[in-house]
Amino acid sequence: MLRTFLALLGCQAAGEVIRQASGIPLSGPIIGMILLLAALMVRGGASDEFCRSGQSTLGYLSLFFVPPGVGIMHHLPLLRAQWLPLLLGLIVSTAVAMASGALVMQSIERLRRRSTILLDVSATGEVA
Amino acid sequence: MTSIGTTASVLAQNPVFGVAVTLLAYEFGRWAQRRCGGWPLANPVLIAIVVIVAGLEVCGISYDTYLKGGGLIQFLLGPATVALALPIYANTGRIRGAAVGIAAGVTVGATVACASAVGIAWVLGAPDDIVRSIAPKSVTTPIAIGISQEIGGHPSLTAVLVITSGIIGAMLSGPLYDWIGVRDWEARGLATGIASHGIGTAQMLSVNETAGAFAGLAIGLTGLFTAVVLPFAAYLL
Repeated sequence: MLRTFLALLGCQAAGEVIRQASGIPLSGPIIGMILLLAALMVRGGASDEFCRSGQSTLGYLSLFFVPPGVGIMHHLPLLRAQWLPLLLGLIVSTAVAMASGALVMQSIERLRRRSTILLDVSATGEVA
Repeated sequence: MTSIGTTASVLAQNPVFGVAVTLLAYEFGRWAQRRCGGWPLANPVLIAIVVIVAGLEVCGISYDTYLKGGGLIQFLLGPATVALALPIYANTGRIRGAAVGIAAGVTVGATVACASAVGIAWVLGAPDDIVRSIAPKSVTTPIAIGISQEIGGHPSLTAVLVITSGIIGAMLSGPLYDWIGVRDWEARGLATGIASHGIGTAQMLSVNETAGAFAGLAIGLTGLFTAVVLPFAAYLL
């Protein structure tokens, strides 16, 4: 557990350093995620212990958003005045973004799978 | 009565207060969601935030005081984000195969997320600084704060709008995808990560690991795409 936490913090710290030095418009933790992914690919995986503790950390991912969310306290007067454009903007745009992203991804993936099947058929000369 | 009030305000100065209150409210949120049979509108993050804000307002405790302990929990968001590499790694094969779909989905989804939020807020008469604050709302919090600063929004308001988008996305995900007929876990996960970053990803991880991996990947790609494109778009406006 401790080693896993240390490795995660190490990746995050390295990510922060890279962000500062390079000016890449990503946050330290996201660059850290890319570094950990690269390390996993090079090493060909992680120990069971690392996977277990990492997964259990991810199980609480949504908890860590609670304190920044409580920051809504600071903006209550503004939100009272502008609640309609903000709430409607958030709900509608989240829904259309999810729908458009998912439909684009799904249709491209289905086309790709169909063409791979067709290619397989033409390569073997069999009719499915 | 005054002595209880004094005790509460003294206790609130101690970080243990913010930590305990956050864990308690979150546990209550999870309990409430179970009681509602996993009903998406009973979102634990939303419930916890509402309970804590109401409690702090009633007791007259400021957000900064709460953050002495709350900040310790918020800190763990960093290492947890790094840990998203694990499900992504477990799905590298699928991700490599779907590279074109991922790139197209993120480009379309992130553009639609930003443009529609800005458009709706602007049409409904929100002032310019509010419109700028809502623009990066589907990007993960730390990146969104940076973008907001750069394009002339209010970073702390952006943070709140980001969290709210995340909660909305987590609530909508299941029913919306069923309704529009998206059944692939890859597409469901990717789109949830695009529109509702870590909170949506947490929801996806609890349903399906592959969906969680695609959501985690989408957080990084949406952040990168928006951070690069939005400042140019905002400059043109």
